[in-house]
Amino acid sequence: MQSFARVLEQLAFTPSRNGKIAHLVEAFRSMPDPERGYALAAFTGDLALRNVTPSLLRGLVAEETDAELFRLSYEFVGDLAETVALIWPHSGTVADMPLTDAVEELAATAKAELPALIARRLTHMTPSQRYAYLKLATGGLRVGVSAQLARTALARFGGVEVTEIEELWHGLSPPYLPLFAWLEGGEKPVSLAAAPFRPVMLSTATNLDDLAEFAPADFTAEWKWDGIRVQAVNDSGTRRLYSRTGEDISRSFPDVIGALNFEGTLDGELLVKRGGGIAPFGDLQKRLGRKKPGKAILASHPAAFRAYDLLFWNGEDWRTRPLVQRQTRLRDVVAELSDPRIDLSPALAFASWQELAELRANPPESVVEGVMIKRRGSAYVAGRKRGNWFKWKHDPMLVDAVMLYAQRGHGKRSGYYSDFTFGVWQGNHLVPVGKAYFGFTDAELKELDRFVRNNTTDRFGPVRAVKPELVLEVAFEGLNQSSRHKSGLAMRFPRINRIRTDKPASEAGTLDELKQLL
Amino acid sequence: MTASRPPEQLLHPRPEGLYCPAGDFFIDPVRPVPRAMITHGHADHARAGHGTVWASPQTLDIMAIRYGEAFCDTRIPVEGQTEAGGIRVAFTPAGHVLGSCQITVDDGSTAITVSGDYARADNPACAPFQLAPCDIFVTEATFGLPVFNHPAPLSEIEKLLRSVAAQPDRCHLVGAYALGKAQRVIALLRQAGWEQPIYIHGALQRLCDYHIEQGIDLGDLRPATTGDGKAAFKGQIILGPPSAFAATWAQRFPDPVICFASGWMQVRARARQRGVELPLILSDHADWQDLTRTIQELAPQQVWVTHGREDALVRWCELNQIAARPLRLVGYEEEAD
Repeated sequence: MQSFARVLEQLAFTPSRNGKIAHLVEAFRSMPDPERGYALAAFTGDLALRNVTPSLLRGLVAEETDAELFRLSYEFVGDLAETVALIWPHSGTVADMPLTDAVEELAATAKAELPALIARRLTHMTPSQRYAYLKLATGGLRVGVSAQLARTALARFGGVEVTEIEELWHGLSPPYLPLFAWLEGGEKPVSLAAAPFRPVMLSTATNLDDLAEFAPADFTAEWKWDGIRVQAVNDSGTRRLYSRTGEDISRSFPDVIGALNFEGTLDGELLVKRGGGIAPFGDLQKRLGRKKPGKAILASHPAAFRAYDLLFWNGEDWRTRPLVQRQTRLRDVVAELSDPRIDLSPALAFASWQELAELRANPPESVVEGVMIKRRGSAYVAGRKRGNWFKWKHDPMLVDAVMLYAQRGHGKRSGYYSDFTFGVWQGNHLVPVGKAYFGFTDAELKELDRFVRNNTTDRFGPVRAVKPELVLEVAFEGLNQSSRHKSGLAMRFPRINRIRTDKPASEAGTLDELKQLL
Repeated sequence: MTASRPPEQLLHPRPEGLYCPAGDFFIDPVRPVPRAMITHGHADHARAGHGTVWASPQTLDIMAIRYGEAFCDTRIPVEGQTEAGGIRVAFTPAGHVLGSCQITVDDGSTAITVSGDYARADNPACAPFQLAPCDIFVTEATFGLPVFNHPAPLSEIEKLLRSVAAQPDRCHLVGAYALGKAQRVIALLRQAGWEQPIYIHGALQRLCDYHIEQGIDLGDLRPATTGDGKAAFKGQIILGPPSAFAATWAQRFPDPVICFASGWMQVRARARQRGVELPLILSDHADWQDLTRTIQELAPQQVWVTHGREDALVRWCELNQIAARPLRLVGYEEEAD
């Protein structure tokens, strides 16, 4: 439990993604089997210890401490498991209980016996071990590590591609002994899982200048739809829908699962389709959030699958065949299925890059993010290999906004104000519409930092409010409606495009102008 | 203590601070007064502009370093016992920072000990805490919640050294208040075997020099200036006051690991709020165990609880059948540690 507690602590306080990966790699290196496998399962959410609830913890601590003292403490600390870990009034000899034993014991104990067991264990732990133990028991570590980040760290640890791990993942279970054996130089495990995930082929960004070196005739093009990239599988009746990193999202989309009446693996885009048109990305997000969608939302937000590619068909692997062959087969397959929930992403006709540029400038629907350009002869290769598939996104949207708040960065940006909240006009007020922390050069960062320091009007911890005077040209990829933001809008990928010292704040954009971009 | 004279006559709060009418002096007044007794040199307890100041010789020196030689009209250094206006006053080491004392006022029938800020954990940078027997104990309560049980100081220093060893390309920037905490961190690092130079922010220089004069070994200290370029700080430990982290000063270091040495670091949300990457739970205040243990050992007839989380400590006293009440004094910083 000690080494797991230490990793949790490191991860909780390490803000950068690379820093978190480094700590995870070190943990996989230093922890023995099967400890590290259980730790990994805790990070990926594959450790299902479902019986330990917050109310169980409350009951436990109520028997051991004065209610008033607990209330005052909880109010101050703000986290139940942490409060219990710190306030636990008994201490015995600390024996470092192996994580494996803790997990197996929790899994094997009946619900009624759990409180007494947990109380006994807490007494023989240090506060940071108690915290780790309770977080493990209640699930939800909250240390900013996603399953994908954990797999990325695993790949780094083993010196393999993350796609290889994604492909194996659904055939493995805690404590992942064959996986670790392989990553340390042993034999690669063979996935026996039905309907496995196949690593997805990804594209690289391009533009008109870069395309000049290629012959248009060697490529096909199609719209880049603004949904989420998925893989739809039916393997002898086992149906799965995977995200592009291999998360199984089947349960959220029973409507699409129901339409997978074939034997094979297809690549495509998940969209919400209404009356023949594609609904905005925000509608799809609503579906993504529901683990068990009810009848109402299934009816109001029907999901659909728009096919891009064909990986397997009737037990045969098509991935090494050229794209055009796969596309021809796919066209037939979609036609045979004849299901409104599955359609084809149509090909675009173009003779020159200039013609494609004109198509790109006038998309048929607003949920198009640009165009995809794919080499006709390309095999389906996992990962992002340059030269076969390109994405040519539409130009970003721009708005002139006023800097309102700035927050200090960390790591290489320590001491610099590098996260900026900006707003636009609504009548006489500036309403915050987004936050950006990249897009500027090092020289511009210094300039922004200097502005913040010279124009601070208020301080809240690491955040400063500034005089609303500096105009920033903000670029972003799209806008969603959002009830969580005061402005009612949420920007996608906002970044600082330019510093507009030439422009007075009074001439910055308005909320109405922004809303027209919705 | 006789029933006819309530102890509040000997000592009670006024807007300026705790006042003893019989001796006509204040303890740690927050604004200038003619006669002041000072527990220790932190700015919220020791202010400039008083007439006569009674304090330990070290506290007087520290006040002179911070405010200039003219910080008061008359200095009266106290070691052990003294007398003011017929009231016996005793200064007893508080273990908080160099020169820190508890102050006991005694009119012959009632003795009241004002703890000031105190600590009972190991601190190589000052004299250890001693119990100051009394009828009424005026206790601080900065960490007056049962969640505050601070770990052994050296184990936190080892955590820092482990992190330094694991990340040789980064430097470790440790936030520590200029009086007391900084010197304690340095002295503990030396105890733990860290022999390399330790780099310090300019604001720590004079107080570190003073600690060295007082015989506390701080080893090789160097100013954290950029003379040798960013790369020179790789693998090094640098100390600065937390306020410097928001200043451009912090921009001179290569990918620093931000550390903060404070008792508040025990609570994760506190550490994250401050953007701390490596929290070091090092406190110059008594934690819950020590606050309650001290009350038990002193066994006073009454406890008055001041700056901090009064409610929880008063509640604990109630549960243990000890008469207690909050003494709400204004002007002290609850957060500084």
